[in-house]
Amino acid sequence: MSLQTLQERIRDAAGRGAALRLRGGGTKDFYGNTPRGEVLDTRVFSGIVSYEPTELVVTARCGTLLSELDATLAERGQFLPFEPPHFGAGATFGGCIAAGLSGPRRASAGALRDYMLGARLIDGRGHVLGFGGQVMKNVAGYDVSRLLAGSLGTLGLIAEASLKVLPRPPSELTLRFEMPEERAIEALNRWAGQPLPISASAWHDGELHVRLSGAAPAVRAAVDKMGGERTGDEAFWTAIREHTAPFFGGPEPLWRIAVPPPTARLCLAGNQLIEWGGGLRWLTSDASPHTVREAALRAKGHATLFRAAAKPAAAFAPLDPVLMRLHRELKAAFDPAGIFNPGRLYAEM
Amino acid sequence: MVVALPETEEQVQRVLQTCTAMGVPVVPRGAGTGLSGGALPPGNGVLLSMAKFMRIVRVDSRARIAVVQPGVRNAAISEAAAPYGLYYAPDPSSQIACTIGGNVAENSGGVHCLKYGLTVHNVVRVRGFTMSGEAIELGSEAPDAPGYDLLALAIGSEGMLIVVTEVAVKLLPKPQCARVIMASFDDVGKAGQAVADVIAAGIIPAGLEMMDQPATRAVEQFVGAGYDLQAAAILLCESDGTPEEVEDEIARMQAVLERSGAARMTVSRDEAERLRFWSGRKAAFPAVGRISPDYYCMDGTIPRKRLGEILQFIAQMEAKYGLRCPNVFHAGDGNLHPLILFDANDADELRRTELFAAEVLEKCIEVGGTITGEHGVGVEKINQMCVQFRPDELEMFQAVKAAFDPARLLNPGKAVPTLARCAEYGRMHVRGGKLPHAELPRF
Repeated sequence: MSLQTLQERIRDAAGRGAALRLRGGGTKDFYGNTPRGEVLDTRVFSGIVSYEPTELVVTARCGTLLSELDATLAERGQFLPFEPPHFGAGATFGGCIAAGLSGPRRASAGALRDYMLGARLIDGRGHVLGFGGQVMKNVAGYDVSRLLAGSLGTLGLIAEASLKVLPRPPSELTLRFEMPEERAIEALNRWAGQPLPISASAWHDGELHVRLSGAAPAVRAAVDKMGGERTGDEAFWTAIREHTAPFFGGPEPLWRIAVPPPTARLCLAGNQLIEWGGGLRWLTSDASPHTVREAALRAKGHATLFRAAAKPAAAFAPLDPVLMRLHRELKAAFDPAGIFNPGRLYAEM
Repeated sequence: MVVALPETEEQVQRVLQTCTAMGVPVVPRGAGTGLSGGALPPGNGVLLSMAKFMRIVRVDSRARIAVVQPGVRNAAISEAAAPYGLYYAPDPSSQIACTIGGNVAENSGGVHCLKYGLTVHNVVRVRGFTMSGEAIELGSEAPDAPGYDLLALAIGSEGMLIVVTEVAVKLLPKPQCARVIMASFDDVGKAGQAVADVIAAGIIPAGLEMMDQPATRAVEQFVGAGYDLQAAAILLCESDGTPEEVEDEIARMQAVLERSGAARMTVSRDEAERLRFWSGRKAAFPAVGRISPDYYCMDGTIPRKRLGEILQFIAQMEAKYGLRCPNVFHAGDGNLHPLILFDANDADELRRTELFAAEVLEKCIEVGGTITGEHGVGVEKINQMCVQFRPDELEMFQAVKAAFDPARLLNPGKAVPTLARCAEYGRMHVRGGKLPHAELPRF
């Protein structure tokens, strides 16, 4: 199917005021509030449009499989540095950008939004709009392409996007430490203030894993400095990223709590797994949503109800009235008929 | 015109509320070092100078965050963080004078942003007010904030969406050591290819800059950086990190540059020599200012592989308009700063300069680049926005602006042209026989 067909579907839905549920592989259906509307399958528009390893840029259509993109980059020794979770074999490039999620390397390499260079979007009128481009530095016009990262498809159909890519680090290894939670948080923040090549961290149940990435001499020097025990391999981090590690398997609701990294242990009932040098706290707990959100807010962070059999509350932390008004007005500018994934991000829009 | 010099957030809010009530335009301004006229004072409004907001609120070494007011100079943040072994990475050449508020407005870059990113990658939270005086906070000191990434929208918005009164920036551990290679090439095209070869080898240098011979000659007279004046172009290629890492990376970079045809290479032996090599690059604009009564700095970005083509085009334009144009270039990012030399007292030279610049910017768009990499659109490149974007896209920018500032009172007339203005520009500027924006009514 061509771009025109997608545009026609969107114009038609806008004319009828019918909600559209933009969907790729459906691997992140669980994320956000319950999706509704007629499914518009984005996989019909797929393929890598251009990839220039020496330009460090890849451009692909929304329906491209994330696994295909990873493989293409890997052939040239490059990768998506924010290590996006796939959450299933069918994960698409468009869904990855719309969800805006980043994996274990987030604390050192940056988030998905940091790698957005440009996008082509079909807005709610069916117009194809281009923002940003394929170059590293571009300040012409407002940075709309970065705004699309994590917008959950509520602003339009992200038809195509360009991301910055990087060379894979030549050397990588994982260290394991036995440490109680408070000491792990302290150590991670101390290390982050030193020039060490830490590229991922995960603490759970008295064990801290730290991944080092970079030039071989730098990694060796860091091992000498930090101590710990050499362990594990890439599979450990894949299991964290893809939520296939046992921690994520429980029946309780899974919360994603983002806090300033030095935040002390969050006193909440349930189990916790800490990533991103202390900045990300996963919690499996039956605690009331109000309790979890209050704890996050006190720490100057926010809590997302990430995954649950039946979500007992809205997925995302509520916004203050000024921010909510801006969200509604931006939504109305891009999607005047309110057809794209209504309610998925916030019930009000 | 009235200049307001508030000292407190309450005063900023009152100025904005009063101006909104009276329908008076407001232009926020930092140090005024911008290169696109983004903070040009309004003829009939209030210039909101943030000069008194110069307090460093806190440096939190544990969280690696500095919270500062917008009038704090870029370099002052790194100075305040230095006792903790930390620094603020973006380093625009004007960093001794430019303010962080201006950096946020323009999404400023610098010579190290290939590896460390632009302002948007290094600012985590801003606080301020909308034009109507509502308090607003975007981003977070946590890794992210709920909802749309409005922080990304505000950074680089050229002061048109909100007035910023507090900025939280990320601090990074200062690399233990850094060394830079100065490599000479007898051909500009070869130097361009060497840049691609370094990246193809899987190396992301901490800085990767190119200067052509007219630029190095101007600089050498001014600061004596020790550049090879016989070279058609020089590359500065920096590595930073642990001593082991730097030694390893410098060796790999030297090998690549040698294969790419570098005629000569010098590696900085110590910190003093490294800073001397960089001093020439950072002083390039003032150095050029000494050899010409005036110069006009462009800021296009192109895909790196089109570098040779663009430099050839610039050489043609030099002949066409009878003006000289040294080139300084953030080669790693594909961000060009050609400097057209002219004399503003000569009305015809000024006219030719503007036509020269417009042709180069439009060539940047043609090869898949952009009219501005880091200096902003401001008033200077507003006509070229009509070439880079289509009417639907410009209308969307206007709608984004209206969401934050429905009365269009905050820094009006900058960055985003009205469609009427594009139609006017198109009438003056017919390219290849095609009238741009032909669908619009002419006025």
